[in-house]
Amino acid sequence: MKYVDEFRDPEKAKALFREIEALAQRIETKDGKPLQVMEVCGGHTHSIFRYGLEAMLPEKIELVHGPGCPVCVLPMGRVDDCLALAERPEVIFTTFGDAMRVPGSRKSLMQAKAEGADVRMVYSPLDALALARDNPEREVVFFALGFETTMPSTALTVLQAEAEGIANFSLFCNHITIIPTIKAILDSPDLRVDGFLGPGHVSMVIGNRPYDFIARHYRRPLVIAGFEPLDILHALWMLLTQFAEGRCEIENQYDRIVDGEGNRQALEAVAKVFELREFFEWRGLGSIDHSGLRMREAYARFDAERRFPVPQVKIADPASCQCGEVLKGVIKPWQCKVFGTACTPETPVGALMVSSEGSCAAYYQYGGGSRERAPVEAAE
Amino acid sequence: MNVMTPANSPSGRLRAERVTLAHGGGGKAMRDLIEDVFVAAFRNPEMGEMEDQARLTSAALAEPGARLAFTTDSFVVDPLEFPGGDIGKIAVCGTVNDLAVGGARPLWLSAAFIIEEGVEVALLRRIAESMRGAAEEAGVVIVTGDTKVVGRGAADKLFVTTSGLGVIPAERHLAASRVQAGDVAIVNGVLGDHGAAILAARGDLALSGDIPSDCRSLNGLMEAVIAAAPAVRAARDATRGGLASALNEIAQAAEVGIEIDEAVLPLRSEVKGVCEILGLDPLYLANEGTLVLFVPEPQAEAALAAMRAHPAGEGAVVIGRAVEAHPATVVMKTLFGGQRIVDMLVGEQLPRIC
Amino acid sequence: MCLGIPGRIVEISDAANKLATVEIGGVRRPVNIACIVDEEYPVERCLGDWVLVHVGFAMSRIDEEQAARTLEALTELGEVQAELAAMRGSGGG
Repeated sequence: MKYVDEFRDPEKAKALFREIEALAQRIETKDGKPLQVMEVCGGHTHSIFRYGLEAMLPEKIELVHGPGCPVCVLPMGRVDDCLALAERPEVIFTTFGDAMRVPGSRKSLMQAKAEGADVRMVYSPLDALALARDNPEREVVFFALGFETTMPSTALTVLQAEAEGIANFSLFCNHITIIPTIKAILDSPDLRVDGFLGPGHVSMVIGNRPYDFIARHYRRPLVIAGFEPLDILHALWMLLTQFAEGRCEIENQYDRIVDGEGNRQALEAVAKVFELREFFEWRGLGSIDHSGLRMREAYARFDAERRFPVPQVKIADPASCQCGEVLKGVIKPWQCKVFGTACTPETPVGALMVSSEGSCAAYYQYGGGSRERAPVEAAE
Repeated sequence: MNVMTPANSPSGRLRAERVTLAHGGGGKAMRDLIEDVFVAAFRNPEMGEMEDQARLTSAALAEPGARLAFTTDSFVVDPLEFPGGDIGKIAVCGTVNDLAVGGARPLWLSAAFIIEEGVEVALLRRIAESMRGAAEEAGVVIVTGDTKVVGRGAADKLFVTTSGLGVIPAERHLAASRVQAGDVAIVNGVLGDHGAAILAARGDLALSGDIPSDCRSLNGLMEAVIAAAPAVRAARDATRGGLASALNEIAQAAEVGIEIDEAVLPLRSEVKGVCEILGLDPLYLANEGTLVLFVPEPQAEAALAAMRAHPAGEGAVVIGRAVEAHPATVVMKTLFGGQRIVDMLVGEQLPRIC
Repeated sequence: MCLGIPGRIVEISDAANKLATVEIGGVRRPVNIACIVDEEYPVERCLGDWVLVHVGFAMSRIDEEQAARTLEALTELGEVQAELAAMRGSGGG
């Protein structure tokens, strides 16, 4: 496949690995500790595990798998709200497959479906709109989640519903924004991260300017990266080059997709339909100011939260869960007290065990599940 | 009750276009459905004796040391018809394959149908005809069966259960537990076709493309491999849970490690496309005519050649081997020379956007 | 986060609603192309374009020259290393 296979070419990877090794040797760190690089985006985490990249990197580089999995960071209370919607008899509840297994305080969407709720997996919000068109006697609710990449698609779907005069379609809006989240991580006192791999597809929507403060105020470099293994290695090499040359900049490795300005049409659609919430609750990270979106008053009739009663009960993360520390790179997944014991993909306690993009779930699945075997990659 | 028996009673012609509860009531309507749709398609000497059971003889069973192999499987695929097959073909091939990968020569099948009222009779005719064709191709006979009609909503259109009997010749001892470190792992062709074909055929994801299911019987292929490489230790058809699950089952049963190489895994471009779009891993996609077998190194070449010479094994390739390291665990060398563990799935693989 | 995959626009199916068909590895799927068209780049011009597809929307047009440049840079990196290795080899180090 064009633009995919070329960027998975193992021959080109060999040179990159050697370059990264050479650069890593040259870079001096405080107390000889490894360089911590956080990939913000869960898509990167997925690629890193899928291709086994982590174990092939020099010991000097430690990857921290960041908060960029919108399914993982959804708090239990919001999942309960979504179950309350899904269980209404008139509702067809539509969702991306990712959200099916995320546990609420009592159950997941998968379990609600088994109990009789009409829950349907869709690939696109447009498919949910089509269901609304085809089932005028039912209420179709779409579970809108994701970062800036996904926002334009739901915004445009709402605009399409408006244009067609479709009255039985609404969104349960859980969109979250990346910048306040990175800022919250940078502000945490125990943070050690030295630099970032920036989220390629979010950047395709928002451009690269919004990251400037990371280099300017926090003195951390960031390289926007694509999702193929060569992209990730290339971006890592660019980041190491910055360290080696003492630079601290926002760079763009993914320039075949990401235009520095972002996508104007996409941003306009998002601004038209959505506005920032004062704060939004994250699983593992707590409340972060201005990190979530809700629908504007003008689109209230497409807002499931306004059209239907939802409980909106806040439910605290389980006390035993150390997701926050894993997210910030303070501990590794297998160092968490409940990893692989109380917390497994079958019975996730913490956010990061929920989705295959969560770093704990990835370590569990690709590491075989036990604490001893978990660091297969890291140990080699 | 064997309801496929009264072959010599006055044969009624089924005129209804759709199945109703009357067709399950035990009366004339039921007799017409069975005779005109199923018996007409499967007619054979074994089922014509007007008894509630098929009576079977086989010289193969009389051989000293020969063993009977017996298996059963239920089929609930949605949609019922898809590119490359239908529920009937899968029901025959799936059971034939469950026998064949154990080294058995499949001989006889039973077929039971649970039909939701409202199903089109024409659809049942097509499915019965497809089963006849698949059975003929595999050299097996459908000797007994049953039909039930249930009310709307009590079943999803049509469920089929087939059971199969076959004979394992005395000298054959295929078992996953016999796989040893050093054995070579071979698959007979591309992976994930059936899973991708079903995803596309369901239509709700609006994917279209030329993706036929790999649904086919594998007993001919198994005979050819065993003839060329009698030391074959074990084979598994990689159905639900895909190649990943089949390999994990073998690794656990034999307490060996298994190493496979991502770079050599055969995949159709369209299947890759479906996986990329939906964020799926082809290692976990279902197959209905794809197997993995383990053979001692000295006979690997012969096994591979025999497979490639057979129509069901033209795409055969070596994908890895059993090793002493990491027992009961499957490890894949990725395209980049990295390694990752290929575990069993927790549940069903779901499309993802993240 | 945000699975996206390159595909090629093979058909404009509904210009008024900005709908097109995209092909990915031989598989086709309808996509909305509202994010990659404007007055200067009308719907009709998109036929044949390579785009990045996310949840049924074409989110970005792939810059084919940039893609080639990225690959070139990676190839050069490999060549430089090969030369360095050769130099080290001939130097007996």
